[in-house]
Amino acid sequence: MKLLNLELFYIIAGGFLLLVAGRIAFDPTTGKRVGPALFWGLLAIIFLAGKALPPVVVGYMVSLMVILAATKQLTGARRWEVTAEMREAAAAKLQDWIFLPALLIPATAVVGTLFLSKLHVGAWWLLDSANLTVTSVCLGAVVAVAVALRLTRAPLVTPVVEGSRLVQAVGWAIILPQLLAALGGVFSQAGVGPVVAELAARALPTQYPLGAVVAYCGGMALFTICMGNAFAAFPVITLGIGLPFIVQLHHGNPAIMAAIGMLSGYCGTLLTPMAANFNLVPAMLLELKDKNAVIKAQVPLALGILAANMIIMYFCVYRF
Amino acid sequence: MIKLIGILVVAVGFALRGNTLLVVLAAGISTGLAAGMSFNEIMTWFGKYFVENRYVTLTVLLMLPVVGLLERYGLRERAETLIQRAKAATAGRVLLFYTAVRQISVALGVNIGGHAAMVRPLVAPMAEGAAQARHGVLSEKTTEAIRAHAAAAENTGNFFGEDTVFAVGAVYLMKGVLETQGYPVSVWALSFWGIPTALVAFGLMIWRTWVLDQRIARESKPPSTTEAAR
Repeated sequence: MKLLNLELFYIIAGGFLLLVAGRIAFDPTTGKRVGPALFWGLLAIIFLAGKALPPVVVGYMVSLMVILAATKQLTGARRWEVTAEMREAAAAKLQDWIFLPALLIPATAVVGTLFLSKLHVGAWWLLDSANLTVTSVCLGAVVAVAVALRLTRAPLVTPVVEGSRLVQAVGWAIILPQLLAALGGVFSQAGVGPVVAELAARALPTQYPLGAVVAYCGGMALFTICMGNAFAAFPVITLGIGLPFIVQLHHGNPAIMAAIGMLSGYCGTLLTPMAANFNLVPAMLLELKDKNAVIKAQVPLALGILAANMIIMYFCVYRF
Repeated sequence: MIKLIGILVVAVGFALRGNTLLVVLAAGISTGLAAGMSFNEIMTWFGKYFVENRYVTLTVLLMLPVVGLLERYGLRERAETLIQRAKAATAGRVLLFYTAVRQISVALGVNIGGHAAMVRPLVAPMAEGAAQARHGVLSEKTTEAIRAHAAAAENTGNFFGEDTVFAVGAVYLMKGVLETQGYPVSVWALSFWGIPTALVAFGLMIWRTWVLDQRIARESKPPSTTEAAR
């Protein structure tokens, strides 16, 4: 039995989304009300009761959310409800204490990962060790809200009001990573991966040791660009290109191949809008005009690291 | 081959700048139909995986109330003020320092950071504040560049610290895939061979942050100063 498990935090997040939807629905000052309220309400239900609902119903709910977003029912973000002067006055009053809650988030993650994960009374564990990273960070967020409320003496409704502002600033993009993960699942059910691996293996000169390394690292990066997730690319490209050519044909070291291959996949992650949680959601969070600005900033890094990976793998994988 | 239609839909959809959610849904539906699934079957898979992957959205979602609250009380303004006291700080150095902290902590198995928890409320304002202290008011273009690089610093530190020293999720995935194919490997070997790439990534980050600082200096130099110096 785990006290702080994912389901608990899903319920907290679902409750927050329900309040966001309610605020939009009953706020006469916002322009469109039905569309956004329905969008966040549906997401709230999926967070609160996702496991209990039949998957096919969730599928149709998600499709409805996509249609709401595509027909521009979720209009722009709400403006600041307080002025810059008020914020600066608050900052001057609180001084550096304002950093305390912000730093409690990483601090709780550290304490949670290293110590709280070991706390248990018999079979009752404090933290869900299977999802330790996620639960530690979530716990950090909840602890930080409590401390921030105490520190600022803000009314209880403020986190909801301000959180609602940020939720609407990010907008529909917030569910994109989750939808892409679902797409990855549909792709693997349909058997897309093996087709890609076979094409790549046939098109590239894998009979040469260098050719095999370039095909494997490049294949990892390319397939990750298509899928948005290096973890999805890894089994496909490793079974399709890595093991048959680098290990079996050219007798390379599987551990070196896998380690550097995965990191080549991450180079693909830096380059693709499909990796929405790393590239598009931050662009929305940072309120950038160009949604692809983060990817553009990462292009030199990704290509440099990918080239280095190919060189490191070529000189090490056949030697150790 | 016909199963690859989904990848084509994604490529065309992104190229035509269609709504990204719609493109992704269309890619899934077309792939499912090409593989011979019924529409309800496709909806079932979408629903199942959407629920299973709720944790992907969870951390961002839970971070927004506290970050919003702290911003309401001037967190970003205070972060800018704080960094302006440090004379040696530049936007590039702030971001490089953050990359190092992120790489090392992730390598030790601790996930501090994130775009919602750290980059928006602290890292980006600090980098902007450092640049403002040196160059005065920044143009919108410069601010965008600093923010984009702040996100890049987070991603680079996160991705290229992960598979070193302490075994995490990715390492167990690799071990699992190789073992089911009959190649037993140790998690230590997998972690160890992540280190050269981690060092390369940090080296490239030194170069990128240096280029960013050069760019900020160039973009914020008022055209009249060179004239006046003569």
